[in-house]
Amino acid sequence: MSSVRVLVGTRKGAFILTSDGKRQKWDVSGPHFIGWEIYHMKGSPADPNRLYASQTSGWFGQIIQRSKDGGKTWEQPGTKPGEPTKTPDGMPMGESNKFVYDTSPGSGKPLTTHQWYDGTQHPWEFKRVWHLEPSLTDPDTVYAGIEDAAIFRTTDGGKTWHELAGLRGHGTGPKWAPGAGGMCLHTILLDPKNSNRIFVAISSAGAFRSDDGGKSWKPINRGLTSQYIPDPTAEIGHCVHRIAMHRSRPNTLFMQKHWDVLRTDDAGDNWREVSGNLPTDFGFVIDVHAHEPETIYVVPIKSDSEHFPLDGKLRVYRSRTGGNEWEPLTNGLPQKDCYVNVLRDSMSVDSLDPCGVYFGTTGGQVYASADSGDKWFPIVRDLPPVFSVEVQTLA
Amino acid sequence: MIRVILPYPLKTLAHVDGEVKLSVEGPVTISSVLDALEALYPMLKGTIRDHVTQERRPFLRYFACQEDLSLEPANVKLPDPIISGTEPLVILASIAGG
Repeated sequence: MSSVRVLVGTRKGAFILTSDGKRQKWDVSGPHFIGWEIYHMKGSPADPNRLYASQTSGWFGQIIQRSKDGGKTWEQPGTKPGEPTKTPDGMPMGESNKFVYDTSPGSGKPLTTHQWYDGTQHPWEFKRVWHLEPSLTDPDTVYAGIEDAAIFRTTDGGKTWHELAGLRGHGTGPKWAPGAGGMCLHTILLDPKNSNRIFVAISSAGAFRSDDGGKSWKPINRGLTSQYIPDPTAEIGHCVHRIAMHRSRPNTLFMQKHWDVLRTDDAGDNWREVSGNLPTDFGFVIDVHAHEPETIYVVPIKSDSEHFPLDGKLRVYRSRTGGNEWEPLTNGLPQKDCYVNVLRDSMSVDSLDPCGVYFGTTGGQVYASADSGDKWFPIVRDLPPVFSVEVQTLA
Repeated sequence: MIRVILPYPLKTLAHVDGEVKLSVEGPVTISSVLDALEALYPMLKGTIRDHVTQERRPFLRYFACQEDLSLEPANVKLPDPIISGTEPLVILASIAGG
């Protein structure tokens, strides 16, 4: 019988929620990595028991954790205690938490600064890993989206990480600027039909696409309008909050921007707004139904300065028409006095039938629906603030 | 043996209880003690000092014999009680946050 595993990253540790295919009774495991910020956890599509986690701390920096048994045990992929830390020829062994920008002359050297809040140039400084995206085919290959914005890749299961420097190097890097949450690369989408195509999104630079496996990149922001930047239709500078894709239609992407919900049907070459009748089109999360590529979900948030649901009512909005026409989903969700936020990596779907939809809040609740959003229930209510939710559907 | 006391989150990361005891070759300095610590516990690389610059992370400090040595050069010899193992080198994390 199928089952689901929900990977929850929070401000004070990681939790793993499991259930059978009915999704009625849940087991809660955790906290793992207690006291540490877990920005993101995700499993490999090629080996569901291979999990990766981004463990971070303002005190102690970045740690990468890896599990080979579905989260029962964890290890840091680097050198083991007591083992030599250098190779026989004197080179450092794997250091799984080492993210160093490529500053070689051919790629990164001219790109050591970006735009700061006051318009001056500021050095690129590694802060943390926001998002881990395992390869669709190889459990040892993982992409990491980091702050300050860049994309890294490991091909040895997380032991060593190397920047795909063409992203920062394509020319607009010095014009990128941080949003209020920092300058983070938070979204990485791998095209299941074209192994050379990768989409990423950065706050607040915008969306980018590579068609050659990450060597070169181009901005894909035509159609985005952002009134809060000097040129509202600029090539870069847009605060994209999240992008989602349905596996069957990788040229169609859905975007929750700082304000506005948009879609593209040509792999990002052109976007159009589909906010339609949403009560507010500010928000962070967006996701697509597992079996209906035109059914999408968002959680509207009041505004960019008031990060909570409108009128204190927590409502997921669903469109079955790929946008523009939206319906509120409220059954089981608090409809008064609710002032939580739902952060950008905190919504996910399972691939059971009917499709399950999940999201976590900064109030520590993880809500689930086992019927595509018609009815909701809390799996847990009192976790630390939730940073991320990923769901695995297990055979 | 050199004794080192780690902050709790680094103890859990390194899977150690209590103090860490290290053998340090050559002059006993902050730098050589951290080299020995990271050799024994590679998972601590990058958590106390930066991978590249080797600078102390800003929310950590080094204490020995009730003295704050955080701003001393990392290659200065540590006090004799540290070298003899009478006193531990304390790596202290700032107390802040919620």
